[in-house]
Amino acid sequence: MSEAAPEALRAPASPGAMFRAFNRLALQGFGGVLPVAQREIVERERWLSREQFVELLAIGQVLPGPNVVNLAVLIGDRFFGWRGIAAAVGGLLLAPLAIVLALAALYAQFASQPAVAGALRGMGAAAAGLVLGTAWKLAPALSRNPLGRWPAAALALAAFAAMALLRWPLLAVVAGLGSAACAAAAWRLRTRR
Amino acid sequence: MSGSAWLLGTAGLGAADFAALFGHFALLSLLAVGGAIATAPDMHRWLVGERGWIADAQFSASIALAQAAPGPNVLFVAVIGFNVGGLVGALAALSGSLLPSTLLARSAGRYGRRHAESLPVQAFQAGMAPLVIGLVAATGWLVAEPVRGSAGGLVLIALTLLLMLRTQAGPLLPIAIGAVAGALGWV
Repeated sequence: MSEAAPEALRAPASPGAMFRAFNRLALQGFGGVLPVAQREIVERERWLSREQFVELLAIGQVLPGPNVVNLAVLIGDRFFGWRGIAAAVGGLLLAPLAIVLALAALYAQFASQPAVAGALRGMGAAAAGLVLGTAWKLAPALSRNPLGRWPAAALALAAFAAMALLRWPLLAVVAGLGSAACAAAAWRLRTRR
Repeated sequence: MSGSAWLLGTAGLGAADFAALFGHFALLSLLAVGGAIATAPDMHRWLVGERGWIADAQFSASIALAQAAPGPNVLFVAVIGFNVGGLVGALAALSGSLLPSTLLARSAGRYGRRHAESLPVQAFQAGMAPLVIGLVAATGWLVAEPVRGSAGGLVLIALTLLLMLRTQAGPLLPIAIGAVAGALGWV
């Protein structure tokens, strides 16, 4: 599973270090935390390989609940059990919670300003670019997929089209495409063994 | 705000109401496949329609505000809870939304690691990886929806991709550029 240069990966030093890392990435996460999480956890801290990150994200996306919080639970538990979960989820939520509640208390006063509405739109465009760039950065993880590189790429495109263009509910994408993909993967893995 | 409005809100919720808020959001947590935002329509039905604890416009503004602030988008749940029942409402809504899904994620993660070499777990990982990447791209597409019709918005998206993939710039730089360009009315 971790044949991706394991010597380059390292474990977080302590739950405190984990709290600080999640706090840092959460405070950079405007319009969504996933792009920053990929950058900080895979590229900067090197706690997980790109492949391991995609594996945990798959669990976090399929399970109910917020994907990034699920990801924090999975990463926290992997290294430090309950203490890791508390550190990762606490780091992810505490400071942003204080900020967003302070903004909520102030919001009524500045909501009517056109410059504020425009700034929110501009930040939304940048956030969209960051999420699209994250998909691009994660895509090379497919090159060693047991399904084969091109079938995996076709599946990624199909999932994109079903969700973004056809507007299928996520449950339908996971139950339909996902179960077919897992069955195909099981067949490929079994014939390989 | 005066008195205890910041603590308990202005809708006059009692202990049983806060318990109901926690319970309803805990139930939704287990249905939130695709992230917490997927349950927003049902939160709206219950809070605005059934209970009348929060106005329609306030509900939408809560989501927009949480998206613009730093941190996970699930914090929109806390903003809605705050507008319903102050700080206690925020904590009841957020903890209700997170507790069941956290317990489930922990169990699923442990199961996956214990059976990492088994065929079902490996097939799940191999089969779901392409979908995950497609779904991340779809999220980007949907987040871009309000600005896809504007030339300035498309330029911003392209510039963000360029900065992200070709330079070492962190995410705050494109966000700041977007905020300034948007405030100037270019998006």
